[in-house]
Amino acid sequence: MLVKVQKVSKVFMGSRVLDNVDLTVERGDRIAMMGPNGAGKTTLVRAILGFYHIDSGVISVNGYDPVKQRVDVLKNISFIPQLPPPVKLSLEELLLYVERSSGVSRAKIFEESNRMDLDLKKHISKPFFKLSGGMKQKLLIAIALSKKSDLLIFDEPTANLDPKGREKFYELLGEIDVSCSTLFITHRLDEIEGLVNRKIYMDLGKVVEDEKV
Amino acid sequence: MKNIFLVAYLDIKESLRSKWFYVYSVVFGGLMALFFITGVSDSVVMGFTGLSRMLLIFIQVTIIILPIFILITTVKSISGDRESNVLEYMLSFPVALKDYYWGKMLGRFLTVFMPVFLALLLGVVFGLFKGGELPWRMVFLYSTLLFSLSFVFLGLAFFLSTLVKSTDIALGSSFVVWIAMLAFIDIALMGLMLQNRMNDGLIIVLAMLNPIEVFRIGAISLFDPELTVIGPVAYYLLDTLGATLLMVYAIIYPIIMGAILAYLGYIAFRKKDLL
Ligand SMILES: Nc1ncnc2c1ncn2[C@@H]1O[C@H](COP(=O)(O)OP(=O)(O)OP(=O)(O)O)[C@@H](O)[C@H]1O
Ligand SMILES: [Mg+2]
Repeated sequence: MLVKVQKVSKVFMGSRVLDNVDLTVERGDRIAMMGPNGAGKTTLVRAILGFYHIDSGVISVNGYDPVKQRVDVLKNISFIPQLPPPVKLSLEELLLYVERSSGVSRAKIFEESNRMDLDLKKHISKPFFKLSGGMKQKLLIAIALSKKSDLLIFDEPTANLDPKGREKFYELLGEIDVSCSTLFITHRLDEIEGLVNRKIYMDLGKVVEDEKV
Repeated sequence: MKNIFLVAYLDIKESLRSKWFYVYSVVFGGLMALFFITGVSDSVVMGFTGLSRMLLIFIQVTIIILPIFILITTVKSISGDRESNVLEYMLSFPVALKDYYWGKMLGRFLTVFMPVFLALLLGVVFGLFKGGELPWRMVFLYSTLLFSLSFVFLGLAFFLSTLVKSTDIALGSSFVVWIAMLAFIDIALMGLMLQNRMNDGLIIVLAMLNPIEVFRIGAISLFDPELTVIGPVAYYLLDTLGATLLMVYAIIYPIIMGAILAYLGYIAFRKKDLL
């Protein structure tokens, strides 16, 4: 079992954003996570990534605690956030950071970028935040796919992509290793329908539906 | 430890491209250049000659500008990244919080200390060029004092940056701290002393806890060993501690204080939600 979330609650300023959430992710799961705005999807993902100190419950990833053993947990996870962050580093520097911290080879990132139709060489000395929205997202996707992970977490990764970019992205997703699990947060199920084998609905901080397909 | 230098290196690269860094370097470098153009270094005033005179003015400027510059530019480093979700992305890679925090601190220290230090060296080189006699001991001690001053304010900035969630509040509170310290240098201290509202011991303690005051006393005692120019508190300290001990205190205290603040910031960084 890859991720185990047991009775997890998180309170922000008096409101229970995660309310006794239980969830397990097994190897090979392809999950589409859905739910209305403010349901707690991003919060749950961030808790799994060790960004929050939860108020109660237990989370383990490959048996590790995301807060206390963050390095061991994050080694095996690729993550794309909901909004591309305005990172001021140049692409060159960002790649260095990824390369050194996660042992990803630069050649691999270039290769994945090419497949996403992103010409990294042309922009390599530009600051990341000056790329167009879609280019940012493509690079984040290329980085995420280059990093060898057991779990890919994508928080609405296609929001800024043009139709062609989206198609490419789904094509690449189809090639991901079967042993690797993915967790997609999305509001457009129709687009990834063919890529998932499990659907989870969240509302008001709870998992209200969890079905295999 | 693995990624501490990586984080520091990238932080430096980022700073070197930013506007604040240019303004900062131009202010200190330009100041030095100005001294030489206007001939401050040639004048003989109040017994300080040439280079010493110029260093003294440089100190007065440093006392005011350096702390606020460090606070303003640094207090945003962690709280700003948190607000803009940069932190969320950068910390989704397997980097230990220890490496991230101390790497940022190391990088930032080099970026704030180097321009002032280089400006000082520039002054020294100019001075030598003009044939002045180089006060080595003074330059060395003064660099050390600058190091301490930068360090304590960097520690304070990191403390505020991790403790406070919003950038605005972090900026605001650092401004308040700065004004309070600056005001306590003279105006408030002197006023309180004259009015006899507080006992002298307390005033002395306040002065000794205030890193700006400590820096000022330390730095000026380099030029005016009697400290006649800067008031009764400094004079009292010199009298009680003696020149050497006073200098040791002026160097060590800010470093300890800065380390404590930075460490408290680190605890907050680890114990509180990262986002
Ligand atoms: N750091 C925080 N401090 C306070 N409240 C927060 C914080 N993060 C999230 N919240 C609140 O928690 C609730 C859930 O937010 P979350 O981002 O998890 O929703 P979501 O399901 O991802 O929604 P969306 O589909 O809009 O992305 C929201 O009401 C939000 O305001
Ligand atoms: Mg969300």
